[in-house]
Amino acid sequence: MTIWTRIVQRDLRIAWRRRSDALSSLFFFVIVVSLFPLGVGPEPSTLRLMASGVLWVAALLATLLSLGRLFAADHLDGTLEQMLLAAEPLWLVVTGKVFAHWLTSGLPLVLLSPLMGLQFGLEGDEIAVLSGALLLGTPVLSLIGSIGAALTVGLRAGSVLLALLVLPLYIPVLVFGAAASGAFASGLAVTPHFSILGALLLASLALAPLAAALALRISLE
Amino acid sequence: MMPWFLASSLLLSIVGLYVAFFVAPTDFQQGESYRIIFIHVPAAWMSMFIYLVMAGWAGAGLVFNTRLSGMMARALAPTGAMFTFLALWTGALWGKPTWGTWWVWDARLTSELILLFLYIGFLSLTAAIEDERRADRAGAVLALVGVVNIPIIYFSVVWWNTLHQGASVSLKSAPKMATTMLIGMLLMALAFWMYSIAAALLRVRSIIREREPRAAAEV
Amino acid sequence: MLAAQSLQCVRGGRQLFENISFAVPGGTLLRITGANGAGKTSLLRILCGLLLPSGGEVLWRDAPIRQQREDYWRELRYIGHLPGVKDEFTAEENLMFAAALSGIDITAGAARDALDRLGLGKFAHLPVRMLSQGQRRRVALARLALPDSNAALWVLDEPLAALDTDAMDRVLSLIDTRLAAGAVVVMTSHQPFSVVAALHSISIPV
Repeated sequence: MTIWTRIVQRDLRIAWRRRSDALSSLFFFVIVVSLFPLGVGPEPSTLRLMASGVLWVAALLATLLSLGRLFAADHLDGTLEQMLLAAEPLWLVVTGKVFAHWLTSGLPLVLLSPLMGLQFGLEGDEIAVLSGALLLGTPVLSLIGSIGAALTVGLRAGSVLLALLVLPLYIPVLVFGAAASGAFASGLAVTPHFSILGALLLASLALAPLAAALALRISLE
Repeated sequence: MMPWFLASSLLLSIVGLYVAFFVAPTDFQQGESYRIIFIHVPAAWMSMFIYLVMAGWAGAGLVFNTRLSGMMARALAPTGAMFTFLALWTGALWGKPTWGTWWVWDARLTSELILLFLYIGFLSLTAAIEDERRADRAGAVLALVGVVNIPIIYFSVVWWNTLHQGASVSLKSAPKMATTMLIGMLLMALAFWMYSIAAALLRVRSIIREREPRAAAEV
Repeated sequence: MLAAQSLQCVRGGRQLFENISFAVPGGTLLRITGANGAGKTSLLRILCGLLLPSGGEVLWRDAPIRQQREDYWRELRYIGHLPGVKDEFTAEENLMFAAALSGIDITAGAARDALDRLGLGKFAHLPVRMLSQGQRRRVALARLALPDSNAALWVLDEPLAALDTDAMDRVLSLIDTRLAAGAVVVMTSHQPFSVVAALHSISIPV
């Protein structure tokens, strides 16, 4: 367990020393979200209808953009190789890295989402549902993404490939995450959606680090 | 072995298509256009089945560390992608006269589309890695991750579909099948099976020949 | 203590080597020689368990390493081509993190001592990105100077490359001490060098 906290601390410190990286994917999120009203038109009812979908898709893309950072730098300077030879299981190391990744990429999106929701004319409780769903869903995005990042580490066309591999796997999160807002808007209970998102989180927490650890070993052979 | 599978595939598809076009009765609702489902449905079956087989080989390859398993998985993928594409294409062709539109966001069509994405991901990943063993093994991990996700994706899409469309048209709405239709469909499915086996064997042989010129003679 | 049984390595469709076998007891230095591209680095990575051999087996304390995994890695210290140090961190931070990965807990003082022994004491608090290539290499090698009683196997890929004679002597004396403590050291080196302990040498034919 000490290794887990050390990894989290280390990755957070690196993120802090390179904070412009994390900030750029956050700005990317803001810009993508803000482009939609410009493309679709400022009609408030349309905007409100698509707000959750737009925010979710933008969150997917922003996460994807930041996934490149997860293993690439460590791979280049050889620290990833050392992590493969750690005295603790590799999946533990991966979980630490993914957690730090989520803290620096997913969580800021969640914190920023109320502001974006206001842009789309959402009410207070609608915003709460949207941000709550994002809070449960973004860690899943980081976890599943870590498998793709591990499979493509060190490849030339890595980032495009990563999108091809990971985006189809993001569909359930997108569907249930965005649907939570839809259900709330039509006066239905949101608990089922949140339970499913929670189940997805637990399942990916249990399986994704193992798959990513295996993928890293294969990629670094 | 390979020519036998190819020959029987050819034979079966001729018989199957004969049944499909001349024996099976005309559908009283959809007219002649429904006959495309003789290709569409077996192709959709195969597309999913091949992914499962591929993941099975992939899993075996990772567990037992055998080289042939990875090659089999990679030999199957293009055929699977081809059938997925065929299912989508014929689905669109069928949809135009039946629903009046090329594409509907029907749960099955959408899942089939996502399956195509999964195949494309597998093919691009294995193509992007130069070292053959890494390509096989990385592809295997991806195929396994995909196979775990397929039920979840399918469930989410079906759920999403009922949420957004209510009682809409679906491929399931076809009336009860006549026996000849079923026979035609099974014949076509069998033909596709034979074709897949033949294509996979052919491809695996060329993969082996490419990687190990000496060992190719044995297969 | 460390043994290899008819190791075979195929990379990118080309066979690098086959039938590499050896067994060395504790306190031995195993030097691996061979021409460029013969597969020295691949052999070292196979010994570490980073690379799966196409055939054969690596044994540590008479058991296959793929069954020991973390238990084996707790005893193994590998220094490869890449330094494995982060530019954003100071030499001291890097060293402390490397120690944590190996499962040993060290104090900042111990890290400084280790850097001192590689002649880097003055630079302990500078971010590594401000150091020269040779100095970075020495930060990586400073891991060998940590108080690390678990390390029973060192695998070093060209540890003497890019070092001046002074640093070379320091590294060689670290190797000597470790060998005297009963560890196995496996290394490649283009430079000639000498150690006190038993030297076992295998050459990879082209």
